[in-house]
Amino acid sequence: MSAQSVLLNHRRWRAWEPALWLVAFAAPLVLSSHALIVNEIAIVALFAISLDLVLGYTGIVSLGHAAFFGMGAYSAALFAKHVMPDPLVGLAVGIATSTLLGALCSATILRGSDLTRLMVTLGVGLILLELANKLDWLTGGADGLQGVVMGPLLGTFTFGLDGRTAAYYSLVVVLILTLLARRFVQSPMGATLKAIRDNRLRAMAIGIPVNARLAGVYTVAAGMAGAAGALLAQTTGFASLDLFEFHRSADVMLILVVGGTGWLYGGIAGAIVFKLMQDAISAITPQYWTFWLGLFLVVLVMVGRDRLVRPWNWFGKGRAR
Amino acid sequence: MKAPSSHHDTVLAAQGLVKRFGGITATDNVTLNLKKGARHALIGPNGAGKTTLINLLTGVLEPTEGRIFLEGQEISQLAPHQRVRRGLVRTFQINQLFDSMTPLETLALTVSQHRGLGAKWWQPLGANKDVAARCERLLEQFHLTSVMDQPTRVLAYGKRRLLEIAIALACEPRVLLLDEPVAGVPAGEREELLHTVAALPSDVSVLLIEHDMDLVFSFATRMTVLVNGAVLTEGTPEEISSDQRVKAVYLGHGDEINESIPMGRGAANQEAPHV
Repeated sequence: MSAQSVLLNHRRWRAWEPALWLVAFAAPLVLSSHALIVNEIAIVALFAISLDLVLGYTGIVSLGHAAFFGMGAYSAALFAKHVMPDPLVGLAVGIATSTLLGALCSATILRGSDLTRLMVTLGVGLILLELANKLDWLTGGADGLQGVVMGPLLGTFTFGLDGRTAAYYSLVVVLILTLLARRFVQSPMGATLKAIRDNRLRAMAIGIPVNARLAGVYTVAAGMAGAAGALLAQTTGFASLDLFEFHRSADVMLILVVGGTGWLYGGIAGAIVFKLMQDAISAITPQYWTFWLGLFLVVLVMVGRDRLVRPWNWFGKGRAR
Repeated sequence: MKAPSSHHDTVLAAQGLVKRFGGITATDNVTLNLKKGARHALIGPNGAGKTTLINLLTGVLEPTEGRIFLEGQEISQLAPHQRVRRGLVRTFQINQLFDSMTPLETLALTVSQHRGLGAKWWQPLGANKDVAARCERLLEQFHLTSVMDQPTRVLAYGKRRLLEIAIALACEPRVLLLDEPVAGVPAGEREELLHTVAALPSDVSVLLIEHDMDLVFSFATRMTVLVNGAVLTEGTPEEISSDQRVKAVYLGHGDEINESIPMGRGAANQEAPHV
């Protein structure tokens, strides 16, 4: 096989990919009482995919990704409340402001070790949380931003209580952004990011402008996280300080670890598992659901995701993925 | 700024390079001129500052004093990746590879980056026919075709070493700095590598840093001896091999003899092959 066909083979669609999207798009119709959770999963998945670009593909650890999520959410909510209620324009505004914030913050992650990055990203997240808290004339402070009313989508579809419009809105946005991200990571640009992750010294030695790439991917990922935040604010009609909280950054990293880093669908798989577990377990034992989540995580890490997903390999020879 | 050097066939020129780490002078007023198409070797005992000099030339370290010119243009202020774009490319003594990628992906990425496609995000890697064809030639030249689609981390050490050199050539260097290219390569795979090094295009200037004296004398037409960070002498292999001071450095001290005149295999023990 020629080198070119081997290379292009890697970007082929796997059979399960369209299947997954078909199921996702059928879900709000078939399980119409669960449209709200479909919406939530789609949003969290997008958030996790954006972190995957940074963490999985480029190797930048971040504990402050919620900063961009919150930024997108508050911008979209404020825009709807004060300027115009059109969801798509609001989404664009949310993406724009979080992208801008990402570009500014990208200067903080260029240098230093993983530990310094964890601290710096954490710090930026905390700063934004406190800003949203203090600027209560704008954000509503600890009470959250209330009274956000969205206009109909494309002037036709109203956001109803059943959550179906919301779910389809989010699913379509997530699908489009995932396809763009897929294209991005399979391009030469995406390959240079993986090169930086694998070996920064060598990446420099083959002429890759490492800092420019790091700043670039961080900015793009921030915009995607902002889109996720905007979707949440728009579909719930609400933005609160909780969007900026540390636990959001931690949860999204956890989701990515559950689903696996560096293949985009890890964010989706992780979001599905995480949200369904949360939903199912907290219905049984509302106060102790984090106990079971913790147990699941420990088992996942100890046993290994591969062996958990492919139990038929338990007794065979261990094979690297 | 033009290099003040009177030889305009000088491709790479280092002038009065000094690097101090605190109180230690690792590079001591080194001046080095590499001619177009040169096969130049840089030798010296362990700790002579060979790798520090490479790091200064490639921009990984910033010199305390001195200037560097590439084809007449000063490059002292350029970042490492900018020097690579101008044609100054290096290999590493210890393999620096992209372990999660395959050799094919590695080379496709390197060639794409070199041809200015590294910022393309819309087209898939490998969509460009010329890039793919160039990768195919490199894979063949370096005997990597059979393993082109395996993750680099599982490759045998000899193959990893070949890939290390192939990556550098994928950047189409004008000046190639080879840092101990055969270090740790098993005897059987050495020939393959030596052959490839010898077959480098004649317009590429090569600076070879090497412990293996057989390779140095079979390859180089010009040699520079580095001792304690300073240039001891420079000359043809004949001049160097008959130079009393060089002999003193290599033979004079009993404790250095085993390391510095390895007669073939000495360097092999330096790096534990991480396979």
